[in-house]
Amino acid sequence: MKFGVVVFPGTWSDVDCFHVIKDCLDQDVEYIWHKDTDLSKFDCIILPGGFSYGDYLRCGAIAKFSPVMESIKEFSEKGKAIIGICNGFQILCESGILPGVLIRNRDLKFRCEMTNLLVQNTDTVFTNRCDLDQVIQVPISHGEGNYFVDNDTLNELEKNNQILFSYSSSIGEVSEINNPNGSVMNIAGIVNQKGNVLGMMPHPERVCDPILGGTDGLKIFGSILDHFSDSVSF
Amino acid sequence: MKVKIFISLKPTVSDPQGTTIKGALHKLGFNMVNDVRAGKFIELDIEDGEESDIRLQVSEMCQKLLSNPIIEDFEFELEK
Repeated sequence: MKFGVVVFPGTWSDVDCFHVIKDCLDQDVEYIWHKDTDLSKFDCIILPGGFSYGDYLRCGAIAKFSPVMESIKEFSEKGKAIIGICNGFQILCESGILPGVLIRNRDLKFRCEMTNLLVQNTDTVFTNRCDLDQVIQVPISHGEGNYFVDNDTLNELEKNNQILFSYSSSIGEVSEINNPNGSVMNIAGIVNQKGNVLGMMPHPERVCDPILGGTDGLKIFGSILDHFSDSVSF
Repeated sequence: MKVKIFISLKPTVSDPQGTTIKGALHKLGFNMVNDVRAGKFIELDIEDGEESDIRLQVSEMCQKLLSNPIIEDFEFELEK
């Protein structure tokens, strides 16, 4: 399968994502410049972290008007796999591809640390290699990762099992004390209703290469591979 | 013509920045401050035109780009 890694001006995790796909997973991958619009050769698109357009106005607010975003919307409507990490998640929310918005961390601090994530749905493209209620370790690195959504949408997310990852303790307790940024219900990652678009604030690409101290990120990228090897399209 | 746009967080959205500013004001002795909400101020310099048309266009700018309707409200003033 073929992965694409989108690069906006100010993206910074593109090289890490590229490395993981190419060297850790041994898959075909190409960069996609934000002005490109032809995504026909890709099976999965990654919107990496960073500070697209300097985070001016709001995180992701300017990036959503990049030419590539129209194509990404169509890509998502076709049911193809998209994963937005950190700034990529913010861009997907600003574009309306995912519900909600990421606002300033509760304590106003940029938080760069390892977090425990409770996996709450394993029946997805992105988590089929995980076990239900398993805790995986993935680092965060953000100042604006405080997920906010109105109550009605939150109920929808819960009802449809769209919450994939929640910040937790090492044994899976989801409580305020394990919430690094103030996100509603400790939400760290969600999928859209169809289940083909994942947005998450933690960085799975930073825990794939064992030299970096962990490999739990491979569970997420590996799940995508397994999904595609099981079924050609979904 | 100048357009002054004020963007504020909706009352239902928590504002950690406002809370921190309130704390600092209290430390300085301004204890009469009950609450602080921080927002954004954007000033546009635009071509003169029909006021109703400008209002419509500025509204559109706010809805499409300058504010995020999930968390923010906006209002603006025209200054000739």
